[in-house]
Amino acid sequence: SQFNLLLVMLFVTADIISTVEFNHSGELLATGDKGGRVVIFQQELESKNQPQCRGEYNVYSTFQSHEPEFDYLKSLEIEEKINKIRWLPQKNAAQFLLSTNDKTIKLWKISERDKRPEGYNLKEEDGRYRDPTTVTTLRVPVFQPMDLMVEASPRRVFANAHTYHINSISVNSDCETYLSADDLRINLWNLEITDRSFNIVDIKPVNMEELTEVITAAEFHPNQCNTFVYSSSKGTIRLCDMRASALCDQHSKLFEEPEDPSNRSFFSEIISSISDVKFSHSGRYMMTRDYLSVKIWDLNMESRPVETYQVHEYLRSKLCSLYENDCIFDKFECCWNGNDSVVMTGSYNNFFRMFDRGYRQDVTLEASRESSKPRSVLKPRKVCTGGKRKKDEISVDSLDFNKKILHTAWHPQDNIIAVATTNNLYIFQDKL
Amino acid sequence: MYSKGTKRKFYDSVDAATDNKAALYSRQRQSLLDMSLIKLQLCHMLVEPNMCRSVLIANTVRHIQEEMTHDGSWQLVTEAFGSSGPSDHLVATEVLCRSSALEQQGGGPKLYSVMGYDGCREEEVVTDEALCSVTFSGGAPSLLGTIDHCWDRAELRMAAVEDRVIKDSGSEVESGEGAKTVMGQVFGTFEIKNGAPGSDPALEELFSAVDASYYDLDTMLTSIQSTPKMGPYNLLDSMASSHGPTSNSSCRTDLSELDHIMEIIVGS
Repeated sequence: SQFNLLLVMLFVTADIISTVEFNHSGELLATGDKGGRVVIFQQELESKNQPQCRGEYNVYSTFQSHEPEFDYLKSLEIEEKINKIRWLPQKNAAQFLLSTNDKTIKLWKISERDKRPEGYNLKEEDGRYRDPTTVTTLRVPVFQPMDLMVEASPRRVFANAHTYHINSISVNSDCETYLSADDLRINLWNLEITDRSFNIVDIKPVNMEELTEVITAAEFHPNQCNTFVYSSSKGTIRLCDMRASALCDQHSKLFEEPEDPSNRSFFSEIISSISDVKFSHSGRYMMTRDYLSVKIWDLNMESRPVETYQVHEYLRSKLCSLYENDCIFDKFECCWNGNDSVVMTGSYNNFFRMFDRGYRQDVTLEASRESSKPRSVLKPRKVCTGGKRKKDEISVDSLDFNKKILHTAWHPQDNIIAVATTNNLYIFQDKL
Repeated sequence: MYSKGTKRKFYDSVDAATDNKAALYSRQRQSLLDMSLIKLQLCHMLVEPNMCRSVLIANTVRHIQEEMTHDGSWQLVTEAFGSSGPSDHLVATEVLCRSSALEQQGGGPKLYSVMGYDGCREEEVVTDEALCSVTFSGGAPSLLGTIDHCWDRAELRMAAVEDRVIKDSGSEVESGEGAKTVMGQVFGTFEIKNGAPGSDPALEELFSAVDASYYDLDTMLTSIQSTPKMGPYNLLDSMASSHGPTSNSSCRTDLSELDHIMEIIVGS
């Protein structure tokens, strides 16, 4: 097998992890949690160039991004849970990221301070002011090294633009604008302007009684700044071109796979609902995740995906139970590796799946303390679907549906992956 | 066509097997419908419910209702509460159990979320296999012959409150009365009332008496509970107060309306 992963780091978080994202260089890894906190990990510089331990990350910065709020008009709480984090491409020494909860997006600046000026004429070292009459000579203050301090400061707050819950944010390749999507609308923002946004998609019906479909995810194309896609709860993906019109309610392309009549059931629509959509790095393909599968679409072909991978087909006969306990509504994310040859997504029982598109291989791995001894290669797992259970296999009925891996991320260049269980963050790297 | 006075036939084993399957399917479908309606009702009190989830569940309810309309079993939902004299208090008990379950558990969707997969053992959940591979129109067997039998034995299935709810169900119960109100709440928000293509005028008539103002989807989904006009708690009150001769007379009116509706459905 070509999947040889070692556990490098394991972090236990204070709260349930709700999003995981590497920055564009892969040096930083951000997580958001249910308590509104963001924790950023940084790759160890010394080990970055050592192949065996390039997956070593340490806590770099922690800050409270969002606080719980109360909507007095509706008498409802607004959760502080971070739904998504997206990094901006780095322009200068500081790093910027967007983090969002259900209603408000914030732009955070993360900067390092490792020097401080010393030798002021009018101030003592501790900050007290000197009596000017005691100053007899002048000196030029100089920067002296100090212990590294990482500061996070909110630079912009983009609020009051979403009636419904924000599920996605995506930075445009022009690095000037970004989109935010809620259940029914998508807005376009300029990163500099907080008091205005443009509505570019609106699927709210005039009569809310006719509502049958919601937006589930949205993303900008990685290199075409005029193109974005959004997915729906009915299993469709719409590609829109902002040059065509100001309001992109009319799609340029509609991607939808015809339903398989032999698999039809009352749960067909629910399991077709797309929980995540991600463009490939190349921009030629996009990947969608629905409840049971991952699909790769060629942007040039709308009629059906070019590849379909079954994540946990054995759950198809359990859909009613999964509907009963609400697991059928779990929103799994998916991600590409750096060269778009492998895709990854999570499952239950702390399993995650990787599909190699080129070699046509796939593997099921487990992120758990018991199965991940540091420095030893992860053993592939197998789910027994019926009949005799072989040794080391786990039967479908023994799966723990409370242990779900919804969020995974892949380093943009290297084979380092971040996998989030409920409140553990695992970092695995490829064994070379 | 079949009327209530049809003598039950003696089925040979082949027919019995088919009919058993059909009855099982029908029960399971009803169970799914009930489960879905309850999920829709149990919204977060403090935090806005997940809209995607609500829409998907509502669509599921509509699919079931469409299929039930298609194979004619929908009319029996209306029949069931037409003859629900003795079952009124059973409904009340039923709703009371629901309310107390809500109160005990803080009123959230915890009924489902804390259950986990462990809570629904294979035996308890009847619906898995049949419901997971169902074909719609054309495939549904004729259920009319067995519906009476099926309704006689119908029980409301709510996995988490099953213990408290199960009672000696002599008669049809709940699904009739409780479901009617809840479905009215749900469907009042959809296009059935508004005559969307394919909607059944008989059903429109049925729900036309429903007060539409409360059933605004926005309101329902954002759970403004300040003055619920007909939540489960109020339902209990109205049940208690409608135990008298007045309910009988309204039943009589309902029955004649239902005959009229049946004529329409049957005629089409």
